[in-house]
Amino acid sequence: MADRKAETEGVAFSLLNVQNFAQFRRRERPGKLNGRDAMKLKHVLLGTALTLAAALPALPASAEDGIYIPLLTYRTGPFAVSGIPIGSGMADYLTMLNERDGGIGGAKLIVEECETGYDTKKGVECYEQVKSKNPIVINPYSTGITLQIIPKAAVDKIPILSMAYGLSASADGQNFPWIFNPPATYWDGASMFIKYIGQKEGGLDKLKGKKVGLVYLDAPFGKEPIPLLEALAKDYGFELKLYPVTASEAQNQSSLWLNVRRDRPDWIYMQGFGAMNPTAVKEAIKINYPMDHFVGVWWAGGDDDARPAGPGAKGYLALSFNLTGTNFPVIQDVIKYVVDKGKSQIPKDKVGETFYNRGLLNSIIIAEAIRNAQKITGKKVINGEDLRRGMETLTITAARLKELGAEGFAAPMAVSCQDHNGHNAAFMAQWDGTKWVKASDWIEPLKDKVNPLIDAASKEYVGANAGWPKRTEPCDKSS
Amino acid sequence: MLYREAGQYKTNYAADVSVFPMREDRIGVIVVLFVAFVVLPLTANDFMLQAVLSPFLVFALAAIALNILTGYTGLISLGTGAFMGVGAYACYKLTTLFPQVNIIVWVIASGFFSAAVGVLFGLPSLRIKGFYLAVATLAAQFFLSWCFIRVPWLYNNNTSGAIEVPTRTLFGVPVTGATATSLTRYFVVLTIVVVMTWLASNLVHGRIGRMWMAVRDMDLAAELIGIRLLPTKLLAFAISSFYCGVAGALMVFLWYGGAEAAVFDVNQSFFVLFMVIVGGLGSLTGSFFGAALIFILPIALRVLAPALGLPLHPATVEQLQYVIVGALIIFFLIAEPNGLARLWQIGKQKLRVWPFPY
Repeated sequence: MADRKAETEGVAFSLLNVQNFAQFRRRERPGKLNGRDAMKLKHVLLGTALTLAAALPALPASAEDGIYIPLLTYRTGPFAVSGIPIGSGMADYLTMLNERDGGIGGAKLIVEECETGYDTKKGVECYEQVKSKNPIVINPYSTGITLQIIPKAAVDKIPILSMAYGLSASADGQNFPWIFNPPATYWDGASMFIKYIGQKEGGLDKLKGKKVGLVYLDAPFGKEPIPLLEALAKDYGFELKLYPVTASEAQNQSSLWLNVRRDRPDWIYMQGFGAMNPTAVKEAIKINYPMDHFVGVWWAGGDDDARPAGPGAKGYLALSFNLTGTNFPVIQDVIKYVVDKGKSQIPKDKVGETFYNRGLLNSIIIAEAIRNAQKITGKKVINGEDLRRGMETLTITAARLKELGAEGFAAPMAVSCQDHNGHNAAFMAQWDGTKWVKASDWIEPLKDKVNPLIDAASKEYVGANAGWPKRTEPCDKSS
Repeated sequence: MLYREAGQYKTNYAADVSVFPMREDRIGVIVVLFVAFVVLPLTANDFMLQAVLSPFLVFALAAIALNILTGYTGLISLGTGAFMGVGAYACYKLTTLFPQVNIIVWVIASGFFSAAVGVLFGLPSLRIKGFYLAVATLAAQFFLSWCFIRVPWLYNNNTSGAIEVPTRTLFGVPVTGATATSLTRYFVVLTIVVVMTWLASNLVHGRIGRMWMAVRDMDLAAELIGIRLLPTKLLAFAISSFYCGVAGALMVFLWYGGAEAAVFDVNQSFFVLFMVIVGGLGSLTGSFFGAALIFILPIALRVLAPALGLPLHPATVEQLQYVIVGALIIFFLIAEPNGLARLWQIGKQKLRVWPFPY
């Protein structure tokens, strides 16, 4: 009888061959197994053994005697081109501190990477995996992952550092006490772009009647600058043209650039990521667009975004908040203590590229926040709650950068209780054919235009999430 | 020896055609449920519950959904991800418009929206078959993905463009949002999945299921014996999409806690399709096996390497995991093209005559 059941369950369906009579006939003799089935059973047992072996529970590394810093990285998957240098930069600086100074303030740093592949699913899995080990901070490194874990931060008491990505509204420290996104938001970035082109045109009032194009990834990340640019277009009288690129069409943008050629915008700003960037640069060259009028956001300013386009990419601009090159004592130390000793995951010639140095800056911010937290609390081994206080009173002055061996490496930055972003300055980097060079002074964002948007977005987020926890954490005095 | 039907007499038809005709099978089901409801909640940690078990159940439900359509009715669909998205977005809209209604009601209700959309895209299934139907459902996938990005009303004009799950309670205990514990979420997901699996089992073993299978095996013959093709196929689309919708709502509300449109892209559809193919087309048990193999195995491999103390970089493990899982899928499909469910059946048959096969 059980067999008739098996028939009804109808495992014998195959995609192409609707009926498989042989299968049905074979099942007519219950209990009898032919040689093939017996073989199969052996395979199954083998497979099961493998699965069972794999399902053994994992033993998490203990983090009692040091400060546990998990790094969510994406060295695999479609965005690995930027993920490898960023992840290596983050890991290498922290490893260097361990090797050179024995950690921070006498506490060893336990650095562990968790691979997300830029996939939200795996990112959340990583978060759950590291959560139990008392992490002091999470760097999600993906907008999707950041959005997922923002509500969890306050509950799990783990601060999130999303360095110039994630949710712009989380710059509001009053509503997001656990989230930090220094040094600048995407709105700051877009306002710096407008400020820069204003300078080039001879004043913001000269933008009247100009056409400004926005090439953007058609996803939450890409659409972010639109409200700000629309507001600025109204204020300064320029015309905003939108060119969306869907994620699936990232490598096939020719039709979009035909539109660009037709419209001939005076300036183009690109809010792009991943394979979309080099494709856009190539297409811009193809339509003979003047490259020094084409500006990318900081995530569109990697070496591998410009390099594949060849010599034509010379002149392409991108915002950046960290300098490139190895000409800083701190990077020389990283090379000496980490890269030369084979402890890095990246070849030496990649050290000093934009994204590597950006990952390094990310770790400098973490390390400075740890130092600050140690100073405030007087503890050697701090936890997430202490780091939150350390982040909230973080100021990295130019003098401090010099002490760190990173003079001029980044703009001085300050985070406060109310302002978890700081809206710090960035500069225009320009591709000279082989590397990125600094092509402008530090540009301050138009804070008076950005702040109202942050406030509104933050209120909207809290309003949409009924029961959003009120801030209970007291503010520390800035050190 | 331990697993055989000797001595189990059936005295009525109901016992004879029951889903689990053997006593040992029934005991097995009770043991599995006991483990799921009692043992695992007592022993598993947050990581197991939140990152392994709940997602596994959600994917098993999605695999059941696709199995109803592809495995039982023979209609290939590549729109699973989109139908899950319809459920998730419907649930989000419903709970933000009517926050006072219990979230569980909305999770289930969101299935109906998904079912309606599924029926709409299932309409061509009477005329087009096989790969051509797959292309038609692919159109649904792309159209709906487009909607999730371009219709701001669906995500309440959020600047982030993502849907965020608010805190909702059941009997005063938060079940969604950040304050809900992993255990609560797991219980809710488990209960819904168990109940829906039981309903699906009754469906596929009853008249409707037989109609679906008749259509699958030969639609012309099915028509000749009086089965109306269009209603049968549309019913399969509706019920499959209903299950997809609930799975999508569970995914966002009880697992992710928020989602971008990219979550419901075509890769999600393929992910579920692989589960169904590896697990076994036309088998509910297979849906669970498939979800386990495709979803849990990679996680197991990822945590296994550091647990064994292998000095491998996480990125290397990630690459290796693709190689190993890929190889295992090929291995299982060569060993048994009809999926893990068929292997399971062979194993049980073998056990019945063990240790004296004739």
